[in-house]
Amino acid sequence: MEKNNKLSVNIAGVEFNNPIIAASGTFGFGREYGELYPLSELGGISCKGTTLKERPGNPPPRVTETPGGMLNAVGLQNPGVEHFINEDLPWLSKQGTRIIANIAGSTVEDYCRTAELLNGTAVDMVELNISCPNVKEGGVQFGVTAEGVEGITRAVRERCKKPLMVKLSPNVTDITEMAIAAESGGADALSLINTLTGMRIDINSRRPIIRNNTGGLSGPAVLPVAIRMVWQVCNKVKLPVVGLGGISTWQDAVEMLLAGAVAIQVGTAIFTDPYAPIKIRDGLLEFMDKKGVKSVSELTGGVRPW
Amino acid sequence: MKPFDSRQCKLLAARELSPGIFDFTVSCPELAALAAPGQFAQILVPGHTLRRPISICSIGRETLRFVFQVRGEGTEKLSRYRPGDDIDILAPLGKGFPIDPNKRTLLVGGGIGVPPLLGVAEALGGNAVAVLGFRNRDLVILEEDFKNTGAKVLIATDDGSYGHKGLVTDLATGEDFQVLMACGPGPMLRGAGALAGERGVPGYLSLEQRMACGVGACLGCAVALTDGEGREYFGHVCKDGPVFPMDRLKEV
Repeated sequence: MEKNNKLSVNIAGVEFNNPIIAASGTFGFGREYGELYPLSELGGISCKGTTLKERPGNPPPRVTETPGGMLNAVGLQNPGVEHFINEDLPWLSKQGTRIIANIAGSTVEDYCRTAELLNGTAVDMVELNISCPNVKEGGVQFGVTAEGVEGITRAVRERCKKPLMVKLSPNVTDITEMAIAAESGGADALSLINTLTGMRIDINSRRPIIRNNTGGLSGPAVLPVAIRMVWQVCNKVKLPVVGLGGISTWQDAVEMLLAGAVAIQVGTAIFTDPYAPIKIRDGLLEFMDKKGVKSVSELTGGVRPW
Repeated sequence: MKPFDSRQCKLLAARELSPGIFDFTVSCPELAALAAPGQFAQILVPGHTLRRPISICSIGRETLRFVFQVRGEGTEKLSRYRPGDDIDILAPLGKGFPIDPNKRTLLVGGGIGVPPLLGVAEALGGNAVAVLGFRNRDLVILEEDFKNTGAKVLIATDDGSYGHKGLVTDLATGEDFQVLMACGPGPMLRGAGALAGERGVPGYLSLEQRMACGVGACLGCAVALTDGEGREYFGHVCKDGPVFPMDRLKEV
């Protein structure tokens, strides 16, 4: 797609052609959906969460449908950050889209080392995943207290030369405290929300459907929670916020922007329709034209609360 | 050319083959041109977040045939589609069976695992023996279709109400074959794998798993594999399979 200035957004100094980003964990490293459309159609891709060393992931079943959504407990299966840098990044960096590396780990040092390895690469931004609910030591222990969030953000910030976006967990009492903590720790941007922890049980076998017992809920069912949390966070911090959680239509995207997001991520909707991100982008542009909105940033935070 | 894509496909024919088992033929020239036996489709049921993975039963010049079982709410809604309706299909996906018409092939199918083997029998041009198992006479499907491919067809039922009473693998006694391909429930796949092992022929098994994206992006449909050097790892049914060489599977 040719550059359309109406849709371009700047997040922490990084220019995105449009505000539609594929969400981490739903788009791999881009190769599969890259068979269907040029990845340059997207503003960016948040890659599958990567860790310092390869991770095998959880045993199956890892996914199940729920009303209006799905549960997943993939467990951060990934080939490790060096494999990402050597095997995926050279190809990805030629696709004409912004690349966000999503990083996770078990220790603060893991996160810092992973971020350092990305310093000299073509990655445009690092997304700090401190909110994966599906592995015992997948970082969520850093994401559910303000001290934890601030501590890991500060530690990674010191050693990461890329713009740093912290992805927040919704599984907390007050997400604004986590947002403020990430801001204090030196984050350049925030993304929210990760999945909400959920569970389903097979009533015949009495077994949880997901082998991990619990999994992360995503899809349209979580949209209202995500909108609310983005709105609350945007009222408390100055950092740019990338909104995600259940966005599946352009109307959802507009809502998320109005709640305060500068850009949005599309995840689970891609499973329903692989072309969802493109349709959302096109619908957004059409809406803007109809409403006389000249830049997508005019929508950001445009909600008129009662 | 895209190796797979999503399309609105016109349903041309729909019928219930046996209680709860439906037979759909859809018009989809572009997707049919790409498809190979053993691959599958992700079918959208409006109102549902995840598509339904359904194996391709048979590949026509401009059509795909799907024979599926009502398993839950999604497939129940799908079963109510009528000729003329449009269905959103993402296909063809995954790796199918490695077909060699020069090799006599034993096809081992059980229940709703039988349909994907029909396309294999067609591609083999009759150089196949199909041993097909069902719970009882009322649930026997596709017997004539298999016979029409020229394959030798032997049927087993659990209760003996039709054909041989017992296991499908019993039917393979005395049959010569150079390769085995199977799709069906776990115990049947184990039996088929053991049979291939006894005969010293390569075996290919088609698996299923709860699935989300269907294309290899989300890593949801994990299956434990070995790489031949003893290293174990999780592969994925949607992209690495659904058909696997049996010696790559950690367990069946």
